[in-house]
Amino acid sequence: MASAIQVRGLRKTYAGKQPVEAVRGLDLDVPTGECFGLLGPNGAGKTTTVEILEGLLPPTVGDVRILGLDWAHDQRALRDRIGVTLQETKFSDKLSVEETLRLFASFHSHARPVEDVLAETGLVEKRKAWVVHLSGGQRQRLAVASAIIGDPDLLFLDEPTTGLDPQSRRQMWEIVRALRARGRTVLLTTHYMDEAEKLCDRIAIVDHGQVIALGSPAELIRSLGCDHVVEFALEGETPPDERELEELRKLPSVRSVRTEAGAIQLAVAEPHVTIPALLAHVARGTRPLASLNTRQASLEDVFVALTGRHLRDG
Amino acid sequence: MASRHPFVELYTSRVREIWREPEVLFWIFGFPVLLAVGLGIAFRNKPPDEIAVAVIDGPGSAAVVETLRAQPGFKVDAIAPEEAGTSLRMGRVGLVVVPSDPPEYRFDPTRPDGLLARGRVDDVLQRAAGRVDLLAPKDSPVSEPGGRYIDFLIPGLLGMNIMSGGMWGIGFAIVEMRSRKLLKRLVATPMRRTHFLAAMMASRMTLVFFEIALMLVFGWLVFDMVVRGSLANVVFLSILGAFSFSGLGMLVATRAQKTETVSGLMNLVMLPMFVLSGVFFSSDRFPDVIQPFVQALPLTALNDALRAVVLEGRDLASQVVRIGILLAWGLVSSVLALRFFRWN
Repeated sequence: MASAIQVRGLRKTYAGKQPVEAVRGLDLDVPTGECFGLLGPNGAGKTTTVEILEGLLPPTVGDVRILGLDWAHDQRALRDRIGVTLQETKFSDKLSVEETLRLFASFHSHARPVEDVLAETGLVEKRKAWVVHLSGGQRQRLAVASAIIGDPDLLFLDEPTTGLDPQSRRQMWEIVRALRARGRTVLLTTHYMDEAEKLCDRIAIVDHGQVIALGSPAELIRSLGCDHVVEFALEGETPPDERELEELRKLPSVRSVRTEAGAIQLAVAEPHVTIPALLAHVARGTRPLASLNTRQASLEDVFVALTGRHLRDG
Repeated sequence: MASRHPFVELYTSRVREIWREPEVLFWIFGFPVLLAVGLGIAFRNKPPDEIAVAVIDGPGSAAVVETLRAQPGFKVDAIAPEEAGTSLRMGRVGLVVVPSDPPEYRFDPTRPDGLLARGRVDDVLQRAAGRVDLLAPKDSPVSEPGGRYIDFLIPGLLGMNIMSGGMWGIGFAIVEMRSRKLLKRLVATPMRRTHFLAAMMASRMTLVFFEIALMLVFGWLVFDMVVRGSLANVVFLSILGAFSFSGLGMLVATRAQKTETVSGLMNLVMLPMFVLSGVFFSSDRFPDVIQPFVQALPLTALNDALRAVVLEGRDLASQVVRIGILLAWGLVSSVLALRFFRWN
């Protein structure tokens, strides 16, 4: 199938006294119809990458083809076929939702009916409301509405749910799912792993301007070599020393050990094998258990395993 | 419903935004009217001032005081000799009369009221001494609309308003849209950039209609102002002025990222014109050396052309140089703005 996005050797360096290398050699292939996520901490180069793909920034080096076209020659045709939301666009305060959408519709050669887009983004009741009176979630939905009004083949969403409450985030996910169901290609950036996990067919984990892992959420988690995390804490304030961690690492089925905020996390393949051994190990010591729980491994664990840092740490 | 043309949508959006912004409406419509009321009151037509004269006490002073007081238009005081110097210096009187024979007049010849007082007092005293006038001229006082300060002022205020409205309405709005990333969002669409800039200018030129109507109706109702020339020509010049200054506003807003920056730049551009371009007084008062510069300023061209039509009833053909100046400023600045415009 044809690639919606094809990127080879992309680099972007911002000139200045201390030049910033925002993107350092990035390759991407996104087939048509896929929902693709760029996941990474703040400052990883996600937005720079997306803005280059959107034709808003020129790359320093690299080859970018969008829908088989390139920005240098087919700018207007491309603009008509893509939809874009930026981080934090503020639309005119004193125009209504409907007026804003009609304005954006007028730029496109085959715009969708405003009614349909209002319905799809849950803004029908707010159609007459001025932008200044919309909530954060409604403004974000208006941003998406303005991006899909031109019926784009390819939609870019830059941090679509950052700063939104849980309900607004779920509404946003529904909108993206509906788009994908209509066969459109979506590229979104996020630093929320649950968002990437729930929405995306494939994910590229980006750090320091490079793709450090690529695959479906399930593949990425499987690459950890273990599906589960056992997390426990002992009474008392003393953090465990190296010798103690080494002993934990020797417990059956444990792949890796790390500490976080006073708790100890074990990446394990089979919790039912590890937990009895862990309990026996704790019973031999002087400090009783303060807490114990297990959970499925997540993309967050993948990121931590790859970089030693958390997504939210930036 | 089919989409309308992007220019039409951009234009209507912009007009709606202005219309829905009360502060903007005040600066466009309220402020110039208040200014005209204030200045109209300050410079209203008063009856001619009385001429203040002092007569130094001494032999014969009583007769002089009496003679002068018998005539209308004098305010006469008898003062001690030592007060005479102070009264003159402080400007309390324009002339001090020493009642000697012949009388002596003390006054400052560089002060208009001094010269006036000397002439009037001398006339009265000469006639009292027996002079007979050979001519009996007829006085016809003139105070008709068209020649008063307020008549001079209103076209100037209209010009000033067209300037600041164009600069703020375009320059400030563009920078605000840039800082909100709305410009960046717009260029991510297939919108044509010329459509956007043309719509901004067109919205400004529309607003000017209302500004002219307001100023002229206000001047007519409150000050009995009349437009001697054709109203259509006033409208034409105002719209041309709006074009010129929205181009300039766009140019000033070409690169600025913050509204603070653009505010400073706009004041820098507008201040010389407030002073030099004859809003409150005629630009002819500036020295000949700088006249070519003063005449080339767009606000000078606009104010002078508006006054020529409103006050003198001139036609557009006589204003072709000024029209050319306005057109050139508008064209050059909008072409430059489009060339160097920063969209994100």
